[in-house]
Amino acid sequence: MRLNTQEALRWAPGAIGVLVLALAPVLFSEFYVSAVLTKALWLGIAAASLIFLAAYAGMVSLGQVALYGVAGFTMGNLVAADGGSEIALNPWLAALLGLLAATAIGLFLGAISSRSYGIYFLMLTLAFAVLTYYFFAQVTELSGFGGINNVETPGFIGNPIADPFPLFYLTLGISLALYVAIRYLARTPFGLTLQGIRDEPDRMRALGYNVRLHRTLAFATGALIAGIAGVISVWWNTRISPGSVALPQTIDVLVIAVIGGLFRLEGAWVGALLFAVLDNEIRGVDVIGDRFNTVVGVIFLAIVLVSPGGLMGIWTSATDFLDRRLAGARRGREPAVAGRSPANPGSPPASET
Amino acid sequence: MSQGADAALPLGRRLRLLTARPVELAVRILAVALAVFVLLWVLAFADDALAREPRTFIVVFLNGLTLAGLYFLVASGFTLIFGLMRVVNMAHGSLYMLAGFFAFELQQDFISFDPTQGFGPPPVSTLDWVLPLLIACVAVAAIGLVMQQVFLRWNQGQDLRQALITIAISVIIADQAIAHFGGIAEEIAAPAVFPDSVDLHVYGLTYPFFRIFVLLVAIAVGITLWAAIQRTRYGMIVRAGVDDRQMVSALGINIQLVFAGAFFIGALLAGLGGVLGGTMISVDKGNDTQYLLFALIVVIIGGMGSLGGAAIGALALGLVDAFGDVYLPAGYTNYSVLLIFGLLVLVLVVRPLGLFGRPA
Repeated sequence: MRLNTQEALRWAPGAIGVLVLALAPVLFSEFYVSAVLTKALWLGIAAASLIFLAAYAGMVSLGQVALYGVAGFTMGNLVAADGGSEIALNPWLAALLGLLAATAIGLFLGAISSRSYGIYFLMLTLAFAVLTYYFFAQVTELSGFGGINNVETPGFIGNPIADPFPLFYLTLGISLALYVAIRYLARTPFGLTLQGIRDEPDRMRALGYNVRLHRTLAFATGALIAGIAGVISVWWNTRISPGSVALPQTIDVLVIAVIGGLFRLEGAWVGALLFAVLDNEIRGVDVIGDRFNTVVGVIFLAIVLVSPGGLMGIWTSATDFLDRRLAGARRGREPAVAGRSPANPGSPPASET
Repeated sequence: MSQGADAALPLGRRLRLLTARPVELAVRILAVALAVFVLLWVLAFADDALAREPRTFIVVFLNGLTLAGLYFLVASGFTLIFGLMRVVNMAHGSLYMLAGFFAFELQQDFISFDPTQGFGPPPVSTLDWVLPLLIACVAVAAIGLVMQQVFLRWNQGQDLRQALITIAISVIIADQAIAHFGGIAEEIAAPAVFPDSVDLHVYGLTYPFFRIFVLLVAIAVGITLWAAIQRTRYGMIVRAGVDDRQMVSALGINIQLVFAGAFFIGALLAGLGGVLGGTMISVDKGNDTQYLLFALIVVIIGGMGSLGGAAIGALALGLVDAFGDVYLPAGYTNYSVLLIFGLLVLVLVVRPLGLFGRPA
């Protein structure tokens, strides 16, 4: 197999990125690895659950943070912690049960909302998300007064504040595994059916596919991925509170997915990395430091207005442009972006004002 | 579609026929909901002496009704905008909150200029309440109009993108609101000419006057909107625009002007709700999320774009909200949010597009 420029361009950045991340403990400070990189990786997983649904099933869900909250709160209640229930199971077992809970709730919510499409689906999942937040905010038996604190982590991870590297490598490994798994899933008959349903639900129904069942299962899969992010986020924070699953967090994950590229799986981690870095850098800056959310909102608005394909859309346009220049010939290439509105070729990344 | 003599049909087909008659279905669902409440009420007999009182029932019922009025005001603007333009305005709750803050700040300014101010809460003249109300409503409506003209107009038809744009705007508004107004819940003072409470002449009960006022305003707004949509030329254009935008513009009507007008009115209604809600309950930084959720639930229950659906949805949500807080068994009242969730699920299972929803 010969690697041509085009393929190299497509794979090199990802490979370099993974390499840099693998060497992160050498390259960055302990604080940076924990506060920026690990956070970016688990935020990326949460965004990946949204992008999986959006890109392959055409379901733009705002319920992912609520589902990760279900996983996080279930786990938090089942392990030794301050607040929540008194049960203290093995942390791995509790994490597994948390994932099961998120998947089960996802299956239920998916069954209810699988008949809604597009913008209706978005609204419905948003309503579910906010209701979940109010549920945890009100039911202090489950969420503790002031959240569940000092959650016990598995022995392998230990104390993520004292030694952030085990959790970092675990999150990196899970991110890579999930990336490969989702890409693989998209090529299975299930994944191909989902993509068919995304484009032509009526036609797929006419062909005899059970559209609702497929959409329900897709949503449950998304819930499982979101649950993984939720479990890791609780390990990383060593705490969870209703505020961790409120609307701002839901919007953060949406912003990450849109900035990265709502229809490109890689975009999840690209967006999350940018978000975590910005979060870390801007908070210290004088005037705008306190108004981080305004900055995020403006960037989000700019991306939606200028490049709906997000950073990955810009990247694809740029590499397409380079391809043509390098090859010196017009070459038809399969569209990599499933989005309907192409990004402006060659337009610079949107900058905040 | 034949609707008579369907008793002999199999259950699935009967259900399908039933869903073809939304009004009847709405009545049935409300009946079921009411039955559930009565049941809960009876359950509450066992352990809560307060809930047993008919007085409590009347007060809670009125609470639900007046809340429904407020929810209707907010949701009617939301559903109007969606019905005509297919725009889901995720910043609707933000407009609600902004109007509340605007009115509160204006009122504070007006009152503090009053030289007769002594100790205690200063008297609020009618003007001190009406003027902030009007200014805040128009300001918020103007913000909505600018939002539509600058960001949404040229993205017509891309509903996901428009929703994302309004989400981005709501993020900015929420953060700026915290920066400028702080995070403390405030209350807009009702004008002094309003009595504090009215005598209900039942069981010697009195009830806050302002809540009843809100309900009356909501009913008036609902009737006005209905009449405007059904009886005026503008309403005729709006209805035609809902059905077929392109045909309307092909007939030589400036549909963009109609859109702008509808967005202005929709935002104005959010603002009106914000000021009334700020006087009835409070203005708080979390209001944007809260009232966006209420608007979403109301229109999901009632059906997107339907005014009657918004009224039914608001009624269902308001009653469930009020009764759930009081009539759940003691110790479980904090689970009341599950009742709202249950209501949502019940409606969606039977009618995925809401009670009065129609496919786009």
